[in-house]
Amino acid sequence: MNVDVLNRAGVQPAAASKVGIADCDVHPRPAGAGIGGVSKSLYPYLSKRWQEHVESFGAIYRQPWEKGSAYIKGQPQASRRDAFPPGGMPGSDLGFMQRQHLDPNNVVLGILNPLTSGQGAQNPELSAALTHATNEWQVAEWTSRDSRLRASVVVPYEDAAASVKEIEQRAGDANFAQVLFLSRTAEPLGQRRYWPIFEAAAAAGLPVGVHAFGYGGWPITTSGWGSFYLEEMVGHAQAQQALLISMIFEGVFERIPNLKVVLIEAGLAWGASLAWRMDRQWAKLKAETPHLKMLPSEYLRRNVWFTTQPIEEPEPREHLAEAIDWLGWDRVLFATDYPHWDFDDPSHALPIRMTEAQRRAVFLENAQAVYRVT
Amino acid sequence: MQEPAPIDCDVHPTVPSLAALMPYLDDLWRDTVVRRGMDELNTISYPSRSPLTARADWRDDTGKAATTPQALAAQGLAPFGTRLAICNCLYGAQALFSEDMGAAFARAINDWIAREWLDRDDRLRASIVVPMQNPELAVDEINRLAGDRRFVQVLLLAGADLPLGKRHWWPIYAAAERLGLPVGIHAGSTYRHPVTPVGWPSYYTEDYVNQAPSMQTQLTSMVAEGVFTRHPDLTVVLMESGVTWLPAYLWRLTKFWKGLRAEIPWVSDPPTSIVRERVRLTLQPFDGPPDVATVMRVMEHIGSDEVLLFSTDYPHWQFDGLDALPAGLDRALAQKIMAENPLRTYPRLQQTAHTETVA
Repeated sequence: MNVDVLNRAGVQPAAASKVGIADCDVHPRPAGAGIGGVSKSLYPYLSKRWQEHVESFGAIYRQPWEKGSAYIKGQPQASRRDAFPPGGMPGSDLGFMQRQHLDPNNVVLGILNPLTSGQGAQNPELSAALTHATNEWQVAEWTSRDSRLRASVVVPYEDAAASVKEIEQRAGDANFAQVLFLSRTAEPLGQRRYWPIFEAAAAAGLPVGVHAFGYGGWPITTSGWGSFYLEEMVGHAQAQQALLISMIFEGVFERIPNLKVVLIEAGLAWGASLAWRMDRQWAKLKAETPHLKMLPSEYLRRNVWFTTQPIEEPEPREHLAEAIDWLGWDRVLFATDYPHWDFDDPSHALPIRMTEAQRRAVFLENAQAVYRVT
Repeated sequence: MQEPAPIDCDVHPTVPSLAALMPYLDDLWRDTVVRRGMDELNTISYPSRSPLTARADWRDDTGKAATTPQALAAQGLAPFGTRLAICNCLYGAQALFSEDMGAAFARAINDWIAREWLDRDDRLRASIVVPMQNPELAVDEINRLAGDRRFVQVLLLAGADLPLGKRHWWPIYAAAERLGLPVGIHAGSTYRHPVTPVGWPSYYTEDYVNQAPSMQTQLTSMVAEGVFTRHPDLTVVLMESGVTWLPAYLWRLTKFWKGLRAEIPWVSDPPTSIVRERVRLTLQPFDGPPDVATVMRVMEHIGSDEVLLFSTDYPHWQFDGLDALPAGLDRALAQKIMAENPLRTYPRLQQTAHTETVA
């Protein structure tokens, strides 16, 4: 994942013989330098008022640095060292991405998840302006130029009204496949302040994707801030367990039965154990949450999907197949996380025995069903 | 074949009221309780009336359970044939904001446990409650009690001011290691931070379910900071936070260790090996699959028959009747869980009970 980068020069001819796959976690980013983490490539989609704001103040998040992430990454831009296009940032050049990833890996459906879109910026109006600009940018520079790609509606999720407005504007637009959150929100994701966003997403027929990271301001551990990037990366699994616990026990899926939630880049092998734990505790404590009409695990298995990358790697590998058996093969969506350092190569990432039906489901058909794209 | 008499690694004496601790507080703190009108220190981790906090058939006329060693013996020991049980008192002294007050109440709890519980039933052992407000004071408390061999473990809560791997805590680990005391980390929190990485939940159910991921983040901290490297003879016991999460957690942790170990070069062994050798987990609340046939598959994923320790979690409601041992465990594993693993984990359990008392 980190050190050995496969040399893919010249492998493109093989793509034709590969089965087409869906990659449910691809990261585009605006090219070029910027201020306070805001690229000037977004300026064509930002009003003059917000361009001037960015020039003067940048964007401020609930974390210490003017630019960059709270935890220092393992390598530049947390990216594969071979993913930097000449003179540019990883994920900033569609042609380079096509040549390095989409074509040789025969990606027939790629879900774009921009991570530096102003989500979580403290100034709510700025967050709304930046996310709107990022949505415009995704269509203008990505989905309109490559029909394999679908954009995510990035929303300023700490402001439900602004988020609903953005979703309604994109409803029915085939360029967009989901509504995107980052996982580290200001409050647990099941809480009422976020419900209008979920309702709008469901009404628009869009799944809600929740990608690791974000700026809620709360430490990963219940004892405060850990020291290491490794703790943050491992901890995304616990953060997504917590938001899933919140969504289930708050009754989000009872209130919005057709809401689809895709948990992105936080693992999936923990799903079964969490389902067992929730069911056993709810059996004793359900008087507290009488709004639940089914077992917690039944909501999980009806409303929630998991992307694969970074896929767990047990020894022996077959344990992973059992973990997916317990969760459900229909819950699993393949993802590479291109261009990031912990990219999962579709040729090597799931070295477990699968039936042909399971392989097709994980690598393509589940995604086509969840995102209603064929 | 006769089942071995189990060793119960997690039972909870209930402090019936603050008044019970008054004889064990000195004048200053007794005055403080009265003059300042102190309330009970029952923690929101276990609301008194919550169905989970005490099984209905174990509650007395006042609605409480496990307030006397007689009740514990009659309900929590005899029915299970238990030969030894480790008392983990969860009265909330650790959450007090004053370091001195925290130390005073930790002392009172420990002395109350020694006098009113350990002295009255020779099957009982206990964990040392320490003032997590200040590691120096915590070490003082460990040293004060270590001569009483009935104290077999140091008790910490999963939620505190700082992640449990940080150097801040290392004096506690050094003392525990030196004295042959495992460090037991129990579900619960001082609530200095929310119990989730995404803020404060709405429901108690969420708080309790989140104790498992909460424990996971503390284990990550301890591995990454090098606690196990620095303290090669230290054992850590994770209590009342489930067990079936361990495999998937270790797969992820070990994968990121492979990718990011340059950040933590002092961790030279794979985390899976470290945890299998040095970390133990108490059995209840068992979070296994409803399908009994799958239970042993999960045990195989855990990958060691030495990591689980029998517990009833008495008087918390985790099972009905006498079903402390989950269905589906094979017999050999069950026997290891019930006696052999606890004896190997807690060196002091292997020594005969004796009557040395606290000065």
